[in-house]
Amino acid sequence: MGLFDDYHPLKGKMFQMLKPDGTLYSEMEAPLNDQETLQLYQRMVFIRLADQKALMLQRQGRMGTYAPVWGQEACQVGSAYLLQKGDWVFPAFRELAVSLMMGIPLKTIYLYWMGNEEGSRAPEGMNVMPVSIPVGTHPLHAVGVAWAAKIRGDKIVTIAYFGDGATSKGDFHEAMNLAGVFKTPSIFFCQNNQFAISVPRKIQTASETIAQKAMAYGMDGIQVDGNDLFAVHTATKEAVDKARSGGGATLIEGVTYRFGPHTTADDPTKYRTDEEIERWKPLDPLVRLRLYLKGKGLWSDEVEKQMTEEAQKEIDQVVKEAEAVPVPEVEDIFKYVYAEMTPQLKEQMEYLKSTL
Amino acid sequence: MPRLNMVEAINLTLREEMERDDRIVVLGEDVGREGGVFRVTDGLQAKFGDQRVVDTPLAETGIVGTAMGMALYGLRPIAEIQFDGFLYPCLDQITNHIGRIRNRSRGRFTCPLVIRVPYGGGIHAPEHHSESPEAILAHTPGIKVVIPSTPSEAKGLLLSSIRDPDPVIFLEPKRIYRAIREEVEEGDYTIPLGKARLVQEGRDVTVIAWGAMVREVLNAAGELKGDKVDMEIIDLRTISPMDVDAIIASVRKTGRAVVVHEAPKTCGLGAEIIAVINEKAFLSLQAPIERVTGFDIPMPLLKSEHYYLPNPKRIVMAVKKVMSF
Repeated sequence: MGLFDDYHPLKGKMFQMLKPDGTLYSEMEAPLNDQETLQLYQRMVFIRLADQKALMLQRQGRMGTYAPVWGQEACQVGSAYLLQKGDWVFPAFRELAVSLMMGIPLKTIYLYWMGNEEGSRAPEGMNVMPVSIPVGTHPLHAVGVAWAAKIRGDKIVTIAYFGDGATSKGDFHEAMNLAGVFKTPSIFFCQNNQFAISVPRKIQTASETIAQKAMAYGMDGIQVDGNDLFAVHTATKEAVDKARSGGGATLIEGVTYRFGPHTTADDPTKYRTDEEIERWKPLDPLVRLRLYLKGKGLWSDEVEKQMTEEAQKEIDQVVKEAEAVPVPEVEDIFKYVYAEMTPQLKEQMEYLKSTL
Repeated sequence: MPRLNMVEAINLTLREEMERDDRIVVLGEDVGREGGVFRVTDGLQAKFGDQRVVDTPLAETGIVGTAMGMALYGLRPIAEIQFDGFLYPCLDQITNHIGRIRNRSRGRFTCPLVIRVPYGGGIHAPEHHSESPEAILAHTPGIKVVIPSTPSEAKGLLLSSIRDPDPVIFLEPKRIYRAIREEVEEGDYTIPLGKARLVQEGRDVTVIAWGAMVREVLNAAGELKGDKVDMEIIDLRTISPMDVDAIIASVRKTGRAVVVHEAPKTCGLGAEIIAVINEKAFLSLQAPIERVTGFDIPMPLLKSEHYYLPNPKRIVMAVKKVMSF
C-alpha cells in the first residue's frame, strides 16, 4: 500500500508527520536530513521576513497591493523544494515562497508588486510563470504544458498552486478532468487557507475535503497538514515521482491558515476573530520546525538571531535595488504586446510620446 | 491546382502543415474520429494519430486553456471551437491570458496558437450557432483576428496564422464553407496577415467587407452593373490588426464608403472603420459613410434569420444612398 492508498481521501484521514510540539508522530521518519531541514528552515525565516517587508512597504506607499504568504510557508517550501530545472511552475498570486524557492530573485518579485512588468519576466531557463490573478484559471495552462511534454516524451512535471476558492471555479474542474483523461504529469496543489478573501471554506464547497474531489476525476488525492513541512514534502515527492514516471496527476490539499489579510486592501477583522487566529498560532509552520530543530540541538536563540540578521540585511539591500529601478520607458508598454508592433500601436505610441 | 471548397482547402492546409511541422497538435470536440462536425479535420487523425489530432472532453475553456499551455511549451496547437456561440466561455482565457502573456512576461513567455471557429449565420443552424463575435475579439489586445472569404484565401491566411508568432483567432465563415469552389495553391502558399485584399477596383465608392459578406457585396455589385456605379471592394481579411492604409487609400480615391458586416451594428467594426476614415480621410469624403450590418438583437432563429443578415438588396440601397448624396 502506498501513501495515496493509506490516506485515500474517502478514509477522511489527514497526512501528518510532525506534531505541533516538534516531535514526529510514531512510526514517522523525517524525509529530510538535518542539514536540509535546517537549510529549509532558514529559507522559511527569510521568506517570512521578505513577506513582512512587503506588507510594510505597501503600508508606507512604496509598493502596490500585495498578497502575503504568511502562514503558508511550509506548503510552498516543502513542495517547490522538490522541483527540478525543466519542471514548470504555475503560481496563483500568494506564492512568494514558491518563486523564491525556484530561484526567482526577490528583486524581481518586489518589482512586480511595485507595479513594474519586469517583475513578471522570469530569468531565462526558469519555467516559473507570472502570477495568475484571475482565480483558478491557470491550472489549465499547467495541464497544457504537462500534456505537451507528455506528447514530446519529456519527463517533466508541472505544478499549479491555487487556493480553496479556486476549487469552486469551472476552469479548475476542466483542468482536473483533462489531466485525469490524458494522464498528464501534473500536480494540483491546493493551499486550503480557510478563506477566499472573507468567504470561509465551508461556503466554497459541500465536499468534506477538497482532496476528495480528485476521486471524481480518476486521480489520486491526498489531504496533508499544510503547516507540516515534512508531510507536504513527502506527499509532494510521491506525486512528483509518480508524475515523472508516467503515473499521471495528483491533487494535494494542504490544510493551512492565512495569518495575514487576503491582500493589503483587505480588513480580516470583518470576518474572523482573534480567538480563531490564536487557535492557529501554535500550528505556525515555522514554530513547529523550530521546535523540531531545537529538539535535535540544531536551533538556538543565537542561530535564530544570526539567520534573521542575515536575512534582514539581504532584504534591505534588495529593497534598495528594487526602488532604484527607473520607471519603464514609454516603449515598454507597447513593444511586448505582439512579436512585432502593429501600425496601430506604433501610431498610438508616437501620439503618447508627443503628449509627454 | 486542385479546385476546392473552403472545407477542403482548410483540410489541405492542416494536412500539409502537419506533415511539415511536427509541433502542430489539433485539438477540439469531435475533431478526431468524426473529422469535425463540418469535416474540416477529416482524415487527419487516421494520418497523424490520436496524439496529434485529439478528441477532447466537451470543455471549450479547457481546450483553449490547455492549448495555451501547449504553446508555452513549444508546440503549435490548433484548437477548434465547434461553433461561434461556444467561444464565449473562452474569452476569459483569451483576454486574461492568451492575449497577455507575451506582454506580461516582457516577451519571456509566448503562446503562438490558432483557435479555429466556424462562425456567422446563414445556414439555418440552431440557436447559438450563428454568432459573429469578431468585434469583441478585435477589441482584445495581443491577439490577431483573421477571416477568410474564399477557399484560396483560407489556405493562404491559415498557413500564415499557424506560422505567426502571436495567437490568432481564425473565424471561418461557415455559410460559404461549401458555396465557393476555386483553384487552391498546394504547398507553401501564404498571405501576409494585416493586409487587405483589393477584390475589385473602382472609382466611385469603396465597399469594405470580410468573410461571407464579401460574396454578398459581389452579388450587389452584379445587381448594380446597369447603374454605372464603379464599385471598389475591399476584403479586410485580417480584422485585427486592420489594414488601415488600404482603407484610407481607397476612400481618398473614391470619396465614398459603405461598410458591410454581419455582427450587430452598435460598436461593430463598422464604427471603428468609420472613425478611422474620419481621422485620416475626412476631407476626401463626399458623402456620409453608410453601414449595412446585423442588428443589436440576439441572432434570430432560422425562420427570421433572413431579416437579420445583410443581403445584396440592402447593400445596393446603401451604395445608391451614398452615391446620390
